[in-house]
Amino acid sequence: MKRGRNKRLSTSLNILVQAVIFLEAHTMSYHSIVLVKQVPDTRQVSGDVMTNAGTMNRSALPAIFNPEDLNALEMALRAKERYGGTVTVITMGPPQAAEVLRESLYRGADKVCLLTDRKFAGADTQATSYSLMKAVEKVGQFDLIFCGRQAIDGDTAQVGPQVAEKLHIPQITYSEQIIELKDKEIVVQRAFDLGAEIVKCKLPCLLTVVGSANQPRPASVRKRIQYKLAAIPAEYPLLLETWPEFESEDKIEEYLEKCDLKIPVWTADDLNLDTARIGLAGSPTQVHKINYVVLEAAESKEIQPTPEGIQALIEELIREYVVG
Amino acid sequence: MTKENRNIWIFIEQEDGKLADVGLELLSKGRELAGTLNSQVWALLCGHKVADLARSLIHHGADHVLLVEHPELEIYRTLPYTRVTADLIKKHQPYILLVGASPVGRDLAPRVASAAGVGLTADCTDLQIGDFTIKKENRLCKDLLYQIRPAFGGNIIATIVNPNTRPQMATVREGVMRKSQADTSRKGEVETFTPEFQESDFVLQVLSREMREATVHLKDSPVIVAGGGGVGSQDEFNLLCDLANLMGGEVGASRAAVDAGLISREHQVGQTGTTVRPRLYIAAGISGAIQHRAGMDQSNKIIAINTDPDAPIFQVAHYKIVGDLAEVMPLLIKALREKAK
Repeated sequence: MKRGRNKRLSTSLNILVQAVIFLEAHTMSYHSIVLVKQVPDTRQVSGDVMTNAGTMNRSALPAIFNPEDLNALEMALRAKERYGGTVTVITMGPPQAAEVLRESLYRGADKVCLLTDRKFAGADTQATSYSLMKAVEKVGQFDLIFCGRQAIDGDTAQVGPQVAEKLHIPQITYSEQIIELKDKEIVVQRAFDLGAEIVKCKLPCLLTVVGSANQPRPASVRKRIQYKLAAIPAEYPLLLETWPEFESEDKIEEYLEKCDLKIPVWTADDLNLDTARIGLAGSPTQVHKINYVVLEAAESKEIQPTPEGIQALIEELIREYVVG
Repeated sequence: MTKENRNIWIFIEQEDGKLADVGLELLSKGRELAGTLNSQVWALLCGHKVADLARSLIHHGADHVLLVEHPELEIYRTLPYTRVTADLIKKHQPYILLVGASPVGRDLAPRVASAAGVGLTADCTDLQIGDFTIKKENRLCKDLLYQIRPAFGGNIIATIVNPNTRPQMATVREGVMRKSQADTSRKGEVETFTPEFQESDFVLQVLSREMREATVHLKDSPVIVAGGGGVGSQDEFNLLCDLANLMGGEVGASRAAVDAGLISREHQVGQTGTTVRPRLYIAAGISGAIQHRAGMDQSNKIIAINTDPDAPIFQVAHYKIVGDLAEVMPLLIKALREKAK
């Protein structure tokens, strides 16, 4: 008798446990962190940017949101819309990099954070990934980290995998599409120039996202208004110029804090890190030398863009067995 | 303390028992560097039932093959491959590790570099051996690996070194180094290594993988007609394709043309695309950023067509045509057709 009741009890307990697991699986939401970078728009390199000495006029290049990082942000935002959760965007860079964080807020990020400190300067990918890893640890809870496949200023594609290794989590590079997120697992399609792969991975994991993944959404007009004043403290003087009615930087601070518009800034001291592993000193790679390439013009012939000029060129190429 | 060994390791990439060219190209470069360092070239070959490939690696320049066979290594996955590579680095402490800058190499190399705590330079266009002085300590480091690559979007070439960490790691794109002929008389040793995995190495499963053969063969094409950001439309780009067909060549592109969606990334020539050395390279509407030039400036003959007479591409061109593509391309096509008659 007693035994029967116990059995019934354990059966109902079992059902209850199953129900909880079921509910958990279907109410599961995911916390994402997106790592982004502000880069000089190297796609705009043209005659204007290059000086006659063969050096580059960097200031002639506009600073932009690294294109594939926008794809990474878009993937994170879509995951949030589909499954629920939060999107936190982190960038490391000079104070001007706050711009990409505002851009992230305009697109739907919940939280943003700027890592900025002179001590971070001159970092190679090892030192950068170490600092970013520490920032991720400070954020705390996460299921997914998204990065662009690579940044257009260096094209190294190293920081994502190096952050993953330092966090001891798996990575899915070349991610094109999240096919499914279920419980604590993700199914992702990876895209290569010559093929594709579908992988299943336990969370938490880090994805690097390719440009073909999606069409990043434009900034929302509503959010642009909502976050217009979002700023880091270094930007307060400029804000005060535009909005003199605030009267003082303290009042700006007070207002931004009240409205949750103050963009948090973390310095090296905020991150509980080993200063020997950041910035130039923490970078195992060193620049031995930089050569400005001043090309000696090859012995070249100018060909006129006329029927006669082109015909003579083709004849010469055939005569010299270059074509034909 | 024993004297540091100066061996050069090459990560060998294979899929379904077929060797990727980039590994063989790196073996050849490794031989050259090992000659300078008076050391050995070791090939790291991972996979499942791949022992037969070891001999080919020796013929292409390896003195020693580290053979790691395991069913879990059949298809490349980041974590098991990182485990094997990092464990072997710890055991043997190589001086240099070179990895192909393929999707596999670009996934593996940063992970391994991070695990080993060493520096890594991506997409090198040249590798040399040379000295470096750490100025702060006034310490001379002899015979380091010079990792040479174009940098920062502009026309600078940076020489990077890793003075304090070993191995010195670099990735190199396929086609940048030249593969040497197999020498079947070469002898070498094969050493097997049994990997020790952990449960956590298998948190990722490959559900399906479909790879296709390359349909674009830029590397072997005698003629390449390449378009850049100056190509105004798809119609204009099609003219380039017509010209390439007529010449029995391939169509290439600069990054600008690929980013503009005019053609797929497989066609990209340059540091982050394919490096080519054709008999004839026609650069149409390409401004000639260093990253592009790094991938084509060793072509036998270069024709550049651009509306901007100061475009950097003209500095490497043998034939300079200042003009509009919409006019010049049809003229080229017409002149060729007439000659073919």
